[in-house]
Amino acid sequence: MTDMSMAMDIQEAPARLKLDAVSFEHRGQTLLEDVSLTLSTSGKTLIMGPNGAGKSLLMRLAHGLLQPSRGQVQWPAGQPRQAMVFQRPVLLRRSALANLTYTLKINAVPRAKRRALAHEALEHFGLAAVAKRPARVLSGGEQQRLALARAWLINPEVLFLDEPTAALDPAAIKAVEDAIADFHRRGTRIVMTSHDLHQARRLADEVIFLCNGRLVEHSKAETFFSAARSAEARAFVKGELVW
Amino acid sequence: MSTGGITASDPHSDSALYTALALVMDMDPALVDIVALSLRVSLSAVLTAALIGLPLGAALALWRLPGRGVVIVALNALMGLPPVVAGLGVYLLLSRAGPLGELGLLFTPSAMIIAQVVLVLPIIAALARQLVEELWGEYQEQLYSFGLSRVRAIPTLLWDARFGLITVVLAGFGRASAEVGAVLIVGGNIDGVTRVMTTAIALETSKGNLPLALGLGIVLLSLVALVNGAAYVIGEAARRRLG
Repeated sequence: MTDMSMAMDIQEAPARLKLDAVSFEHRGQTLLEDVSLTLSTSGKTLIMGPNGAGKSLLMRLAHGLLQPSRGQVQWPAGQPRQAMVFQRPVLLRRSALANLTYTLKINAVPRAKRRALAHEALEHFGLAAVAKRPARVLSGGEQQRLALARAWLINPEVLFLDEPTAALDPAAIKAVEDAIADFHRRGTRIVMTSHDLHQARRLADEVIFLCNGRLVEHSKAETFFSAARSAEARAFVKGELVW
Repeated sequence: MSTGGITASDPHSDSALYTALALVMDMDPALVDIVALSLRVSLSAVLTAALIGLPLGAALALWRLPGRGVVIVALNALMGLPPVVAGLGVYLLLSRAGPLGELGLLFTPSAMIIAQVVLVLPIIAALARQLVEELWGEYQEQLYSFGLSRVRAIPTLLWDARFGLITVVLAGFGRASAEVGAVLIVGGNIDGVTRVMTTAIALETSKGNLPLALGLGIVLLSLVALVNGAAYVIGEAARRRLG
């Protein structure tokens, strides 16, 4: 479909994550086909593409939630600490604070340090006032910030975000994007899906463009938005319907 | 111990109900002993069944082992196990000629506890399986993303399903405290040794000693009402607090 050698122009940096001819099949349907790509150690990558292109799937394979049917997911420098933030945050049926101390507990942080660290993270994400509230009655924006705070505590080397702002209002979107910038400043490798072109322009250092389960383009953000090489990507950037 | 003091009142009097209330209010020693033994037997049985049934239910929810379907159907069917049949089974096990006859447990409170565990365990395991499976559907990706194995996920799932599970355990207590068939067969309804509320009610009614039967009936009914009230309050509180 697409000339793969042409689709890649990001290879100079040392590799953090390598996908080698990864395919994923479910009930006889090929949902992701023969995806090979390399992610560098730093920066913000946006995975884009129309609905059903395989964006979330690609991220779940990279994060290890799913195993590829064929091909390999490799971390050349070893498995990094990683976290994932989902479109609809899955929060435990406990207080906001307890959600954070739980994360510290399963990461073997000594009990004596947990509360202070959790309060710090709540403070950082503007959630100090709701620390005692049950996590699941918080607003959508607060819930997503809590999910980010939870990831923050792990201090991940790689953070995956699956459409983290899809269900949020503009103020909450701003808060999430600020948080992503914080992670980036702390040196976390960001990998995120989005179907929002404006958001992608604001955030992306590089773009992975998927269409129908295939990797169509993997290029620097400037290149992708100004001079995408594939017809699908050009149409997508112009806001036309692609499938 | 004797119930002589109670039978002194005229069993055929219209004031049986008042006599019964008086017995309850005066904390009649015969009545108190029977209530205490009932509580001891049923609480022990429910505690034991919960300790086995909750992890068993969670394991059935999380692992797709061969034979899982058979176990689930069996548990669901056993929820309706007639108490007399459970009693008969335990009786055969514990009788002198039975495989566990050596233990000499027949006609002791221990035998009654065993019989009630057999009755309550399927309820707790089957309902816990349902609750945990629902929760697992929601939490699975997030807990895997945290790097938790299924074994390590069990305490989290049981804790987060806690309000539903308390109701399940209370339902188990309701079944244990209300049944008469099993404890009658394996306990023998021996005065002062294995006589509990339900067997005492059956006996006193057939003897025509209605005040004691009614008094015990009032206590038993109050207990069941209390348990159901508690289940309701806990369920409502959970809905309000956890959303």
